[in-house]
Amino acid sequence: VLGYLYFYLAGEAYALVSIGLISFTAVAQFAPAIIGGLYWKGATRLGATWGLCAGFAVWLYTLLLPSFAKSGWLPITFIAEGLFGTDLLRPQSLFGLTGLDEITHCVFWSLTANIACYVGISLARKPGATEHSQASLFVDALKQPSGTGSRFWRGSASVRELAALLARFLGPERARDALSGYASTRGLASADQLTADAALVHHVESLLAGAIGSASARVMVASVVEEEPLKLDEVLEIINEATQALAYSRQLEQKSRELEGATNELRRANLRLQELDRLKDEFISTITHELRTPLTSIRAFSEILNDNPDLDPQQRARFLGVVIKESERLTRLINQVLDLARIESGNAEWHTSEIDLREVVEDAVTSLSQVVKDRQIELAVDVPLGVPRIVADRDRLQQVLLNLLSNAVKFCDRQSGCVAVVVQHAGNMVRVDVHDNGPGVSRAEQEVIFEKFRQGGDTLKHRPDGSGLGLAISRQIIGHFGGRLWVESTPGAGATFSFTLPVRGARESPIPRPELQARIA
Amino acid sequence: MKRVLIAEDEASIVLSLEFLFDRAGWQVSTANDGARALELAREGKPDLVVLDLMLPVVNGFEVCRALRADAATARTRILMLTARGREQEIARGFDAGADAYVTKPFSTKDLMALAERLVAPASASGQAT
Repeated sequence: VLGYLYFYLAGEAYALVSIGLISFTAVAQFAPAIIGGLYWKGATRLGATWGLCAGFAVWLYTLLLPSFAKSGWLPITFIAEGLFGTDLLRPQSLFGLTGLDEITHCVFWSLTANIACYVGISLARKPGATEHSQASLFVDALKQPSGTGSRFWRGSASVRELAALLARFLGPERARDALSGYASTRGLASADQLTADAALVHHVESLLAGAIGSASARVMVASVVEEEPLKLDEVLEIINEATQALAYSRQLEQKSRELEGATNELRRANLRLQELDRLKDEFISTITHELRTPLTSIRAFSEILNDNPDLDPQQRARFLGVVIKESERLTRLINQVLDLARIESGNAEWHTSEIDLREVVEDAVTSLSQVVKDRQIELAVDVPLGVPRIVADRDRLQQVLLNLLSNAVKFCDRQSGCVAVVVQHAGNMVRVDVHDNGPGVSRAEQEVIFEKFRQGGDTLKHRPDGSGLGLAISRQIIGHFGGRLWVESTPGAGATFSFTLPVRGARESPIPRPELQARIA
Repeated sequence: MKRVLIAEDEASIVLSLEFLFDRAGWQVSTANDGARALELAREGKPDLVVLDLMLPVVNGFEVCRALRADAATARTRILMLTARGREQEIARGFDAGADAYVTKPFSTKDLMALAERLVAPASASGQAT
C-alpha cells in the first residue's frame, strides 16, 4: 500500500526502476544490524536501533524528500539550496559531496550514519547479561556440538560420577548416607541400584546447593552429566555467589580477629582481677590475723583476772597493763586500717593549707622527746631558716613525720642511739631526711617495708611493735601531695627515710591519685 | 609433773599461757621461734607442745612435722594455736600431725580443759575447738 501510495504521489516523475532503487536503499539499512548481529558479540540492541534510525533519517532526507520535491509536493528550492538555504545541507550533495548519482549518494551517507551509530553506541555501552547470552547463542550458534541435546545419560558411569562429586563436597560418609537414604526413599535396597535419571541429578544438585551454593552446584552437576554448556547468566551468578562468599569470609576473618583481640584483653583483665582478688584475700587474712592477736591477749587476761580474784596486786596490775596496751594496739590498728582504706578509696578528708615545715618538724620531735630522753638517743634537727612554706594537710604531714621518727627511734642503735632530721630546699622541692643508726634495711626489703603489714628489720627473731601499716599510709599521704617517700640504706650503717614535697603549685596542679598498682607495690 | 612447751612469738600471749599452765600445775618452758621450739622439745621432751603457726624462723607446720618425724618426740601431744582459722589451714594442721587445733582468741577454760584431755592417759587424738 505504501509502495502504491508512493508510486501514485511520485510516480509521474520517476521510473519504476528508480522507485525500486529507493526502496532497496531503505531495505539496505537493515544490513549492518543483521550482519553485526550474526558475527559481532559486542553489538547491542541500543546500537542497532540508533543505527537503523540514523540510516532511515538520512535516507528520508537525501532520497525520499527530494523525490517528493521533484514531484512538486515540496518546493524545488529545497533541492537546489538545501534546508534553510544552507549549501552544506543540500539533500543531494550533502556536506558538499558531489559527483555521485543520487542513489549512490544516499547509500553512502545513510550506511555511513547507520554503521557509525551502530558501532559507536554498541562500543560505548557494555551489553547486558541477557544481550550477551543471546549474542553468544547467535554468534556461536555454529560452534555448538550437535549431540548435546540428549537427555539420556550413560547409566552407571554417571551415578559413580555423581557420587564422587557429592563425596568431594560433602565428605565421603555424608555422601554415602545421602545416596543410600535417597535410594531407600525410591524403594531400592542400596545406592548401587540407582540409575542416573533426571530425579537423581536434581537430588544431587540440591544436596550440593547446600554446600557450595545453588549456582555452583548446577555447574558441577552439569559438568558431570554433560548438559548444555554454561550460560553467561549462570556464570555471573556463580561469580556473584563466590564474591559474596569471599566478602563474608573477609568480614568473618576481621570479626574473628576483633574477637581474638577482645578475648586477649578480657584474659588480661581477668588475670589482673584474679591477682587483685588474691591480694584482697591476703589482705583480709592478714588483717584478721592482726586483729585476732591483740584480742587473744585481751580475752585471755580478762578471763584470768576474772577467774583468779586472789592475784597479788602487782601481778594484777601487770595483767591489766597488758589488757590496756593490747586494747590500744587494737584501736590503733583499726584506725590505721580505716585510714588507709579511706585514703586508697579517695574518701579521706584532706585539710589542705599552707604550712611551715619547721613547725611540723618541731612538733613531731617534741611529742617524741620523752622516749628519746628515756632511751638516751642523740637527736639532731637541722631545719634551715627560710624553708619555703608548702601546701599540705598539717595533721597528715605530722602523722608521716611521727611515723618516720618513731621508726627511727625504734630501730636506732640500742646503746648509743642516734637520730637526725634534716630539711633541705632544692629547686621547687623540699626534702626531709630522717636518719637513724640502726641495723638498716636490706636492699630486698627496701620496697617491701612500704607494703601493708610488712615489716623490715630482724622480724625473724623478733617481731617489732606496730601494725605494719605506718609506712604504707605515709607513702600514700606524701604521694597525695605530689611528693615521693623512699628509703636509702646500707645494712649495718643505718637507714635514711626521705620524702620530697613540691614547694608551690601543689594547689594548681592536679593532685595525683595513687595508682592501684602503686598501692599494691 | 606434766610438762608443756609454749612455742609462741607474741609476748603477751606467752605471758598469759605461762600463767595459765603454771596455775594448773604444769612445768612450763617457752620458745619464741620455731627453731628454739624444736630444740627445747628434743631436750625437754614435753608432754604437750602449744604451737603457734606463725612462728618466725621455722613455722608451726614445719615444727609439727619435724616433731612427728623424730622418734623422740613422735608421741608428744601437739596443740596448734593460730590466728588464722580457715578450714583449709585447720586441715593442713591435722595433716602435719597436730592433735588439736585452737583458733585465737580462745577461751582459757576450754584451752586448759583440752590440754588436760590431750595428755590424759586414755586420750586419743583429734579435737578442735
